[in-house]
Amino acid sequence: MSISMNRRDFIKIAGVGAGSLAFATPLFDFSTGEILAPDTIPGMYAKRTPTYCEICFWKCAGWVHTNQEGKIWKVTGHEDDPHSNGRLCPRGTGGVGMYNDEDRLKTPLMRTEVNGVQTFREASWDEAFTYIADELKKVAEKHGPECTALFTHGSGGHYFGDLLKAFGSNNITAPSYAQCRGPREVGFFATFGEGVGSPERVDIRDTRCLVLIGSHFGENMHNGPVQEIAQATGKGATIITVDPRFSTVASKSKFWLPIKPATDMALLLAWMHVIINENLYDQAYVEKYTYGFEDLKAHVAQMTPEWAYGLTTIKPEIIRATAREMANASPRVIIHPGRHVTWYGDDTQRLRAVAMLNALLGSWGRRGGFYNPEQVSFKMYPHPPFPKPKRTWKDAYPGKFKLASLALASGICDATVPTTGRDCSFKAWIVNGTNLIHTLPNQANTLKAIQALDLLVVVDTMPMEITGYADVILPECTYLERYDDIRVSAHREPTLALRMPAAEPKYNTKPAWWIAKGLAEKMGLGHFFPWENIEEKLDWELKQVGSSLAEMKRLGVKKMKRSVDDLYPMENLEDFEFNTNTGKIELYSTSMEDEGYDPLPKYKAHEEPPAGFYRLIYGRAPMHTFSRTANNPNLTDLMDENSVWVNPKVAKEWGLKNDQYLWLENQDGVVSKTPIKVRVTERIRFDSVYMVHGFGHTDKKLTRAYGRGASDADLITRVHIDPEMGGTGMRGNFVTFRFEAGEEVSS
Amino acid sequence: MRYAMAVDTLKCVGCNDCVVACQTENNVPIGYCRDWIVEKTTGSYPELQLEIRSERCNHCANAPCVRTCPTEASHYAEGGIVLVEESECIGCKACITSCPYDARFIHPEGYVDKCTFCIHRVEKGQDPACVAVCPTHCMIFGDLDDPNSDISRAMATRKWKSLIPEAGTDPKVFYLI
Repeated sequence: MSISMNRRDFIKIAGVGAGSLAFATPLFDFSTGEILAPDTIPGMYAKRTPTYCEICFWKCAGWVHTNQEGKIWKVTGHEDDPHSNGRLCPRGTGGVGMYNDEDRLKTPLMRTEVNGVQTFREASWDEAFTYIADELKKVAEKHGPECTALFTHGSGGHYFGDLLKAFGSNNITAPSYAQCRGPREVGFFATFGEGVGSPERVDIRDTRCLVLIGSHFGENMHNGPVQEIAQATGKGATIITVDPRFSTVASKSKFWLPIKPATDMALLLAWMHVIINENLYDQAYVEKYTYGFEDLKAHVAQMTPEWAYGLTTIKPEIIRATAREMANASPRVIIHPGRHVTWYGDDTQRLRAVAMLNALLGSWGRRGGFYNPEQVSFKMYPHPPFPKPKRTWKDAYPGKFKLASLALASGICDATVPTTGRDCSFKAWIVNGTNLIHTLPNQANTLKAIQALDLLVVVDTMPMEITGYADVILPECTYLERYDDIRVSAHREPTLALRMPAAEPKYNTKPAWWIAKGLAEKMGLGHFFPWENIEEKLDWELKQVGSSLAEMKRLGVKKMKRSVDDLYPMENLEDFEFNTNTGKIELYSTSMEDEGYDPLPKYKAHEEPPAGFYRLIYGRAPMHTFSRTANNPNLTDLMDENSVWVNPKVAKEWGLKNDQYLWLENQDGVVSKTPIKVRVTERIRFDSVYMVHGFGHTDKKLTRAYGRGASDADLITRVHIDPEMGGTGMRGNFVTFRFEAGEEVSS
Repeated sequence: MRYAMAVDTLKCVGCNDCVVACQTENNVPIGYCRDWIVEKTTGSYPELQLEIRSERCNHCANAPCVRTCPTEASHYAEGGIVLVEESECIGCKACITSCPYDARFIHPEGYVDKCTFCIHRVEKGQDPACVAVCPTHCMIFGDLDDPNSDISRAMATRKWKSLIPEAGTDPKVFYLI
């Protein structure tokens, strides 16, 4: 569409000397060889450089737009990117705030003591590296290099991982496994011989019925699924939401099942009962692909909707109606596996039930169900073989967590607290981009582990609670100021995406690759990082897959063709060998049975809140990611504190008013460090309260986040460990209201 | 030419992406916004409804702000977009008082600021920043005089409402319900 300019706007444009020329002729920057596109602010030429987002782990590709002065102006989505489809979520759009945040870590800091008081002093990078190298050497000599661990949650983690492996330890862990999606991967692997992965292989775009159990898309702002849910519902897909809270997506659903928390397994089993007993399952699919159907049929024979009603409070007719709704959409139905699924300690089994329900409805490997993702097979820059560690974290847990496929962050933390029965407790941690104080449950235990360390190095962009406990703090520059590895995540079509700096790093901050390589050189391990600089490394890797750094700088995202046309490998009942013991989809899990776990999921009653207490449920807000965005000026402007959702009946009983501040106290007498505002709302059950995770920061250096809202992590002291894979179930904590602060108020 | 916007309340999840996209696109200072989210819950547990809307200046065809502006800083631009000419605004706030939608604010530099429908983008054939960023594609921008525009089609086929119609302002932001 066109519009003739009126007098006022014409002056605005002409006043800065751009005029109509700007629309016709792109300029060429001879220094960088990049095309400068005239962008959208009148009269302002802007350059755009490719990136992929680091505000959450969906890693949407986008463009960073800089103005004439080279100042970062805005970030927008990349139109060719299957993660974002050209549209970032609010966090990605507000990503520029991470760069502009004046509270950022600015220079290396080292712990020192002045007049008996511990404090941080500024240090040079060389000084910091020398100290770390010396301390790690001491740990290796005294205890072995295996007593070092890396906790990482971010793109830079790969470089620190290589550093650790070169040093002789493979204890590399991300809280995204045992504190988040681990049980899902194990439950699906036991059933289909494959995990769900990230981005999840769910074909929401073409589904006819989406079942969400505790997932609150729209508030949990994973970009792809949120976009696809809007797309699918626009085409008439229905949503069934199971949640004790009337979430945003519940309000868009045909059915909202306000389930009594901790009883989801009963609902899943009853759904399977209905689907089997009413012959609603995909008979050809089940017959061809599955193992153990008769066992399952017998197993759920008594698990009627009437049985489940007494546990879940969901009426039998609703259980039947929703089962039929799913079956009508079959195979284009998704019982979504969720993402943060570490709830009650029997999570692997619950996710097994989710996987089995999908199998009964024939949605795995089918359009509108679960697709078969593909990623570019990517070869990393060659380096000498890493030494083989003599011990791993698993040695601390003989005979336990046998199905864990990745290291457990909580497991390494627990194994850092010295005990007599263990020959190696962890002595040094490198922590990159994860605020373990808020990430791991049971803070007292985390602090105990930290006190037992000889060395704690924290690499981050922001001062966080964990940085306060560090011996050395290394300030990483933000994703807008650095190169990282090429993004090669799996999707419907494979893609490559480049992140490159859009601006020079602010302050004395450095990219992860530079920090890891510098540390390696100081530790005498430089030969494991045999490239001169990151551009040489990335260019070599890209050339192996038919691209180059120059091409990726221009494209940002490169779409590749699938190597095999098997996006929906079971669409027409094609022959397929599953990666399980039986080669079939295992409704009856032989691998679970072999390891001594239940081959068919059982309902187990979980503890209920004592009188006057409410189950603590936590979740996400669309404008924040964990605690890492809590100080971002753009995002705190949208939401700067959390509130506790309370049902009006409960509020009346306690005399609570909207916007009143109070403290929460859990079943173990632990009181939230900061007060939280009350939100009285019909949108939550009377037996639960809800709060958004990531608030309640106690570090004064976070000027916007300090003391705003409360932290659910403070209150998660009781953990139910998943026996199969070590996940930390965190939804078994109960809180009551308190009108004065606890005794230990953080300064 | 009559520019208008429709917001699909059935799609909107209230994520605030439109708010932050506007802020960065238009260099709106932190602490201010030209668009915002309203959530309204009705009913009682468990029979509940939730309406979520992205709101902004309604670019009224009968705009009280334009009528009350003593300096003509508030004016209609092409397509009925209501704009404020910063250099002519004296910051008297008459427009702020007269706006039934509370869509205007005093910019820290002293003039009145509000949504422009991103006229600088619209001039180049682009959607406003809020529309372009929305992950759910819940906003439609276009010309009501063109019967084939997406917005005309949505208004013809969907049930819709506008805000405070009794104010008689003839708003040009509509909500699909």
